[in-house]
Amino acid sequence: MTSPDPMAEIRASFFIECEELLEAMQDGLQQLEDGLHDSETINVVFRAVHSIKGGAGAFGLEQMVRFAHRFETVLDGVRAGTLAISPDLMKLFFRAGDHLSDIVRASRDDDDVPQGEVLAAELDAHISADAGEEAEEEIDFQPMGIALDLDLPALDLEDAPPLWRITFAPEADMYESGSEAFPILKALADLGDADVTCDTSSVPPLAELAPESAYLSWRIDLRTQVDEAEIRSVFEFVEGLCAVTVERVDDAASELDVPEDIAVPDLPPEDAPSLDRPGQDPMATAETASKRPATTGSTPAAKTVVRVDLDRIERLVNLVGELVINQAMLSQSLESAGLSPHSDAMNGLDEFQRLTRDIQDSVMMIRAQPVKPLFQRMSRIVRESSAAVGKDVRLLTDGDATEVDKTVIERLADPLTHMIRNAVDHGLEAPHARAEAGKSPEGTVKLSAAHRSGRVVIEVSDDGAGINRPKVQQIAMDKGLIPTDAVLSDGEIDNLLFLPGFSTASSVSDLSGRGVGMDVVKTAIQSLGGRIAITSVPGAGTTFSISLPLTLAVLDGMVVNVAEETLVVPLNVVAETLTLSDDTIDEVEPGAQVVRVRGGFVPLFDLGQALGYRTDPGNLTGSVALLISQEDGSRAALIVDEIQDQRQVVIKGLDDAFCRSPGIAAATILGDGQIALIIDPSDIIAHAPKGVAAAPTSLRLEA
Amino acid sequence: MTLEVLAVDDSRTMRNMIKLALEPEGFTVHTADDGVHGTEVLQGIAPDVIITDINMPRMDGLEFIDIVRARTTHRTTPILVLTTESGNDLKLRARKAGATGWIVKPFDPAKLIKALRMVAG
Repeated sequence: MTSPDPMAEIRASFFIECEELLEAMQDGLQQLEDGLHDSETINVVFRAVHSIKGGAGAFGLEQMVRFAHRFETVLDGVRAGTLAISPDLMKLFFRAGDHLSDIVRASRDDDDVPQGEVLAAELDAHISADAGEEAEEEIDFQPMGIALDLDLPALDLEDAPPLWRITFAPEADMYESGSEAFPILKALADLGDADVTCDTSSVPPLAELAPESAYLSWRIDLRTQVDEAEIRSVFEFVEGLCAVTVERVDDAASELDVPEDIAVPDLPPEDAPSLDRPGQDPMATAETASKRPATTGSTPAAKTVVRVDLDRIERLVNLVGELVINQAMLSQSLESAGLSPHSDAMNGLDEFQRLTRDIQDSVMMIRAQPVKPLFQRMSRIVRESSAAVGKDVRLLTDGDATEVDKTVIERLADPLTHMIRNAVDHGLEAPHARAEAGKSPEGTVKLSAAHRSGRVVIEVSDDGAGINRPKVQQIAMDKGLIPTDAVLSDGEIDNLLFLPGFSTASSVSDLSGRGVGMDVVKTAIQSLGGRIAITSVPGAGTTFSISLPLTLAVLDGMVVNVAEETLVVPLNVVAETLTLSDDTIDEVEPGAQVVRVRGGFVPLFDLGQALGYRTDPGNLTGSVALLISQEDGSRAALIVDEIQDQRQVVIKGLDDAFCRSPGIAAATILGDGQIALIIDPSDIIAHAPKGVAAAPTSLRLEA
Repeated sequence: MTLEVLAVDDSRTMRNMIKLALEPEGFTVHTADDGVHGTEVLQGIAPDVIITDINMPRMDGLEFIDIVRARTTHRTTPILVLTTESGNDLKLRARKAGATGWIVKPFDPAKLIKALRMVAG
């Protein structure tokens, strides 16, 4: 054992395993909910809960054991067919699953374990009387490390230990189960001073001897301090497979109330002639055994998984980043050395570039994880939020095997939670309204994930009433978010939901109205390099669609020159590029310029000025402007001197020592070894100096 | 006396606990995730004792014992059942399948070692 505390390590791995088991449990429950009531599905759920209980017992996590046991007992009822699955029971199972997850997490973090007495009582109500008894009995877990020879014999403290006479006559079956007489005799000898006599009187002449029969028996005279129960415990494994008597025979015995010859209790005699025991007929058993792989083969083979410390992966990702940069540098220097593009060196370099790209993709895949655990958390959100607002909601998930970067998944949890709550709270109609609209009383929220052209698309849709556009527009007007005379398209109205400070709920409900609006969701998505879009069909529902990059480690960027500096602008925010000319630029007030784009006006910002590289961009004619689509649906144009290239860059975080500079997101190293800053256009626009930032609101909507 | 042991359990935690209990004693511990895996592992080793869980995916402990007992090489290898269920019914079924003995989870390391030495002779 190299680790200082192997127990702590096993404990940590137990909790990781718990997460996997909880996931399997959720899956199984979902399948049960979907009507798949076969025994294997129930078994999967049962086994998950059972394994959690087993591990919890080993670590003395009593509350976890207790609750898991209750849950397991009810599941066992279903497994045994004494309890039928009903919608109510499924709801209870889901709640119990959630509660078990809570207990696991609280135990892991050493928090107070949630009580859940009501839930426990509800589970108990499903436990049949006899099973309940067993539950009580079994719940009494022995703590680990209990001493075996705890009780000293009360009476025998004087001189010689008492003498016991033990007879031991194995039956043939005992040998069949892998037991041997010798270790048992040895174990008895370990208890004290033993005198063993072997009785060979039953051994027949060789010709009559059946090799699989048992003929020998033993008599053991044992002087020991231990009590009868302890002596008998030596025979625990062979109970019913041999005749055993234990009797106290020394002088003191006559005065004591010693039990007479005791027959071996417990196992019923019908167990003895065991025709089905293996070994009895090896051929037959072998035959059944050989058939087994066919039946078990239908279940998918277990995946081999290696656990790797995240730090190591980070290191690998970083090194691959360096490799990509190095390769780009090499290309450039070879090119500038004037080598023919058809030379061996350049051909080799092409291959090198392809390999580097493949390695990079593979390394990024290591960080990728399926969105399934995230989706499972959402099913809980749906259960809780639908219960809170009194709606009957069903969550459908699709594509939960879709893999996304681990960091993306982690940072997606909050925005997704909010969107799901919104869908349940605002998206779906109240039950009576659904009935009036002729819809099923049960609302549906659908959560799906898919890979689409190098990005991940996650959709949250509901089959509710759709966005009430007149109402949305009215609220936006009332709140002064849009001018009262604005004429908006449907899409524009829908996008008003993403404006800061917008909330359609007429009353702040317990659920989604926590002062967090869709604007926060949008910001969170954008900080992941993602985009969010909304579509809505009146009466049929609303769909939010999130598109995310597969990884946060690389970025598709536009490399631009500004005031002799090289900068990288994330490509996903650049809607289009424009070449400025005199007749497209207007000055709305001194220092505040706009550019005309297809009849609309877009405020102009000079990137060089915003970053303090220069005070005046000079003559703008011929300059390039990047049209940036902003999170609030508005647009702005950033002036740059020249566009160099579009390429994938490796994101390098800026150390804390650089402080947080407005407008700078990160840095990268370009092919020529030059370090370039990656800018955050929205941040630049928000922090833009003087009048230019105060572009009139009305312009935004006409743009 | 040190022994070579095969521990079959679908719980990684339980496998780790068994290793933690036995390896400091000098035991060699092989592990398998379930019955199917266990039968595969057994192709390459000849352990002194086999420890198995009962409730496992793909192939449960009872079926595993059944198959092991059918193989001539492991016909007399002692098999200990490690289970959370302490009911007599299960013990009976385990024995019917050919188990040598049983240990109830959560197990006491000292007791497990004692039981292993006991059945391995």
